[in-house]
Amino acid sequence: MEIDPLIFRLSIFILSIFVGYYVVWSVTPSLHTPLMSVTNAISSVIIVGAIIAGLSGNSDSVFNISSIFGFLAIVLAAINIFGGFLVTQRMLAMYKKKKKDKK
Amino acid sequence: MISANSSAIFYLVSGVLFILALRGLSSPETSRKGNFFGILGMIIAVTVTFLSTGNFSTGFIYVLIFIIVGGSIGAFIAYRIPMTAMPELVAGFHSLVGLAAVFVAISAFLNPEAFNLGYPGNIKLGSLIEMSIGAAVGAITFSGSIIAFFKLQGIMSGSPITFKGQHLLNATILISIVVLIYFLCSTQSSNLFWILLVVSFLIGFLLIIPIGGADMPVVISMLNSYSGWAAAGIGFTLENTALIITGALVGSSGAILSYIMCKGMNRSFFNVILGGWGATDETSKNISKEQRPVKSGNADDAAFLMKNASSVIIVPGYGMAVAQAQHALREMVDTLKKNDIKVSYAIHPVAGRMPGHMNVLLAEANVPYDEVFELEEINNDFANADVAFVIGANDVTNPVAKTDPQSPIYGMPVLDVEKCKSVLFVKRSLSPGYAGIDNDLFYKENTLMLFADAKKMTEDITKNL
Repeated sequence: MEIDPLIFRLSIFILSIFVGYYVVWSVTPSLHTPLMSVTNAISSVIIVGAIIAGLSGNSDSVFNISSIFGFLAIVLAAINIFGGFLVTQRMLAMYKKKKKDKK
Repeated sequence: MISANSSAIFYLVSGVLFILALRGLSSPETSRKGNFFGILGMIIAVTVTFLSTGNFSTGFIYVLIFIIVGGSIGAFIAYRIPMTAMPELVAGFHSLVGLAAVFVAISAFLNPEAFNLGYPGNIKLGSLIEMSIGAAVGAITFSGSIIAFFKLQGIMSGSPITFKGQHLLNATILISIVVLIYFLCSTQSSNLFWILLVVSFLIGFLLIIPIGGADMPVVISMLNSYSGWAAAGIGFTLENTALIITGALVGSSGAILSYIMCKGMNRSFFNVILGGWGATDETSKNISKEQRPVKSGNADDAAFLMKNASSVIIVPGYGMAVAQAQHALREMVDTLKKNDIKVSYAIHPVAGRMPGHMNVLLAEANVPYDEVFELEEINNDFANADVAFVIGANDVTNPVAKTDPQSPIYGMPVLDVEKCKSVLFVKRSLSPGYAGIDNDLFYKENTLMLFADAKKMTEDITKNL
């Protein structure tokens, strides 16, 4: 008997939760705000679903009710991707070590 | 056009790159490289999606246009947003992820052929379950984040909104969501799908309104987690590994942050989401109305105390963010350092309105991150320090949390500020903090209250140093 592919996806999901658990515990508390903004940006990988939805119209009519929702989702996810990564970049650039110790 | 197998491999690669992006945040040195990995992962995921659909017709042009439109809006916001507004920004971004998940689910429900999920009215059962869970969680994330955004932005009052039968109503709605998903999957009715969305929007709204302003660190982390689970739900529908991995990562990340925040307040997660402190504290508010003598001083006194100190610990809180005092504070510290005074910063886990809020503000003001310490790292140093400079923090310094089992904040880890030789407290008035309880520290022998706006007071102290 063959294993349902859903089981494989479920395995990936469960293992990723564990990976996430250990990786996030090792994040230093001072970077918790950038952590939130970067998780925001990467969860917008949902844009792949939005793109498939946006391309679902046929060549005669690009816009149908389903693809319109896709396009809207693309805009939202794109705001998040660019906004999230850039604001993270901006924040991380501010974290500096002591330049020189005068002691 | 690339095969389904090779695109699956590429999605896996981008999932791994996202893991590395989070891994990079374990230290500020590696964090920038981590962010780069994240961007790379995103580029791979998007490119592979284009290649696997192989559709480069007019639709493709529109997709690009919409990406550019959204991207420019995002980039504009990212460059213009002041660092003090980070909590609002993150809440706003969460709402967008939630809404995007809802839209993708709607699109997949209306046109399942495009996603290989079956036909309208006859969608594969597994996909329909995943889709409706993704849509429901996405909708909750959206409306919840909007409320959090309004509360943080001040459009809505930060105080908890409660009414009779609230918990019963919420429980009923949550159960009805499960029932709706069950019937939706057995009947495939599109009406039920829309009702499910409406009810989910409603519960997201109802869940967040009873939570008060200072509990926002928990709420934001919780919504962060939800946005991840919504993405994972959609990932299962689309059979996309990158989305499943990312959803799981973000989901557990948000859950851990909520846990850390709750721990920082010594409250259980359920205690926080079932309604704020402000609502339960009427009794303690009344008791503490008695007048007690307070020593107050001006910038000159504060400068004198600090000039004669050999070590100073600064305790920033939300008030510093409100007054935008971080730059003035850094200038004061620079002057102190010129006088050979050792200065460090002590950050409580729930200081501010989101995890790590104070750290970002100090970093913005060019404070080196190796001068900034967490509660456990620095708490023993207060006993050896000469001056503690509390700016915009209150409840997190209240010694009552250690001494009075009756107090609502009893057991909450607090900074041992009272062990310092002298304490300077910058505050606008004697009013109690968010928890609605008086701070014993105000009336201690060695405390000097500085009643003023945090920024102005800090600037005045610098002038007097």
